Amino acid sequence: MGKVLNYFPSPAKILIVDSNSSERCLLKRFFLEHSYIVVDAASGRDALTSFKKHRPDIVLLDLLMSDISGFDVAVRIKALAGDDFIPIVFLTSLQDERSLVRCVEVGDDFLAKPYSQIVLQAKINSLINMRNMQLTLINQRDEITNYNHDLLQQQDVAKRVFDRIAHAGVLGADNIKYHLSPLSIFNGDVMLAGVSPTGNLVVFLGDFTGHGLHAAIGSMPLAQTFYTMLKKGFSLREIVREINITLCEILPVDLFCCAFIAEINFNNCHLRVWNAGLPDCVIYRSSTREVVKLASNHIPMGINETLNFDATVRVYEIEPGDRLYVWSDGIHEAQNSRGDMFGEDRLMDVFACNSRVENLFEEINTAVDHFIGDSAAEDDVSLLEITMIKADLFKLDKRAALNSDGLGLKDWRMRLELRPETLKSFDPLPLLLHILMNVPHLQPYGGQVYTVISELYSNSLEHGVLGLDSAVKLSSVGFTEYYQHREASLAKLSKGYVIIDLDYSGNEEGGDLKIIIEDSGVGFDYQQMLCEDAFKNQFSGRGIHLIRSLSQSLHYAGSGNKAYATFVWSD
Amino acid sequence: MIDPVHLDLEILSELKEVMGEEFTFLIEVFKTDSIVRISAIKEALASKDPDAVRRAAHSFKGSASNMGAIRLTNLCRKLEEIGGSGNINEAEVIAEEIVDAYSHVEKALG
Repeated sequence: MGKVLNYFPSPAKILIVDSNSSERCLLKRFFLEHSYIVVDAASGRDALTSFKKHRPDIVLLDLLMSDISGFDVAVRIKALAGDDFIPIVFLTSLQDERSLVRCVEVGDDFLAKPYSQIVLQAKINSLINMRNMQLTLINQRDEITNYNHDLLQQQDVAKRVFDRIAHAGVLGADNIKYHLSPLSIFNGDVMLAGVSPTGNLVVFLGDFTGHGLHAAIGSMPLAQTFYTMLKKGFSLREIVREINITLCEILPVDLFCCAFIAEINFNNCHLRVWNAGLPDCVIYRSSTREVVKLASNHIPMGINETLNFDATVRVYEIEPGDRLYVWSDGIHEAQNSRGDMFGEDRLMDVFACNSRVENLFEEINTAVDHFIGDSAAEDDVSLLEITMIKADLFKLDKRAALNSDGLGLKDWRMRLELRPETLKSFDPLPLLLHILMNVPHLQPYGGQVYTVISELYSNSLEHGVLGLDSAVKLSSVGFTEYYQHREASLAKLSKGYVIIDLDYSGNEEGGDLKIIIEDSGVGFDYQQMLCEDAFKNQFSGRGIHLIRSLSQSLHYAGSGNKAYATFVWSD
Repeated sequence: MIDPVHLDLEILSELKEVMGEEFTFLIEVFKTDSIVRISAIKEALASKDPDAVRRAAHSFKGSASNMGAIRLTNLCRKLEEIGGSGNINEAEVIAEEIVDAYSHVEKALG
């Protein structure tokens, strides 16, 4: 890029080249009179030297000189000037048209001798104006180039900062496929995936209004809230609520975020979804080829901060092999060269035409690419596919899991006694889970540990302290009745306790967690557990079968009011 | 009284206006330059180089025209054309006329 030039260099510098000294003298006088800075040269060679030294704004050039012809000097000056427009005016008393045409071809204009003052002044002024215009253009071009360069650099920095905060999470898991533009953050799209302490996969796709840096503003606090809340074991509802509050606080009024969030529990085959303003997403049932649409039924995030913000999630039963498809409107709005949009119908056609479900993700991408053809100005498609698999197949790269630095609670014991006022209103499980998640290397087993503790705790609370009969739960009517009963009993609880005693010792190869849960209830006839048939019939409500399958050992003591479970993990 | 064929007074007064105090200096420069131009023409003729004749005459024509020396300008143009044609047989006569015309201009400029 050339040197930075003033838009309107004032006064202009003029180089007068004429072998005739009286001519030079006359022109020099004339331009000095009109406030120009004048330099002069008597030969072609002097002219080039002087040009390099003084870098004039305009050159008056005698056509016939003894050393180098005026035309040749002009060609060399033009080469030296480069991008810079420096007008060259030939001084000539030649009159043949061919020479005059050549003057305008090689240079920019000519002045015929004898000079007319008026013509001289008019021509030079107009050429200086042209040069100033050219300078302005070059300056603006350079400014735009520099600005664009700065912008790209800023975007790069922003993207690197963003990538650190909103790391890909567990998007690399075997059962996840996704497509995301490398600059998606500047399209306003955010894709996050993490695993809760209970072992559930939680995915988030957000689409901020607008494009560019301002659309990316909300992504960082969003990602930070998402990962922090997820790591601490908060429920989907609480995560949704917290992200909404964060976005309401930071986003300007005209900026909001359409979002889809889903939590997949591979253990009990439940999918919990919350869609706020994204297009209908889809569960594709592999056995029946049924397409279940997950329509938006909430207002986007970052608009409503009030308590009536609806974070209610919908729950779907899923089977291994089913697939969840999540997309932002980029896929619907992908345009071909005629300006038609890809749209919902074409997208659904891809599902209808699919024969092998494992190809579906690629088929969607191919269909969109094929549709937009060469008109693809910018890749703006965000697409996510999650395959439901059996719980034991959902394994994660340990490095992708959070909190794997080997520091934390390695050898410890705690005892937590919960009395009526606490039992009434507080769920101790997230708190316990949070503590357990600070145990190095235990996180991948979070789901199993959570299940064991949560089953034991609810047994103690519901059957022990509250004295509820698990048999009531067996019918679906009973199930509702059971929970109504549970609420009523809790509300009037005035005595009783649950003691949770956790004892852990472990290193990076393995560990062992002893869980003792004792309650103030009357206990139960745990001896009958030895008899399998009776066990299945009478105690299924206690989830003992499940606890046994997940823990190393389970036994009861006392009247059955004290349960001992051991959870052992090893690499 | 100056014959306008030798020196156009209108052009000359315009020059006076442009040059101001430096008018006298311009006249001196013109006179010095003219002596150089005339000897260049004579040299070119002596070496029988038509192109040198053309260029010397062309250069003198430029300054003469700006000074308003009409006859001198016309003679220089004629000599330039002769030089350009390559046949400089008649050049000698024109050169003598140029010397004569210049002597009138010189006298008129004072």
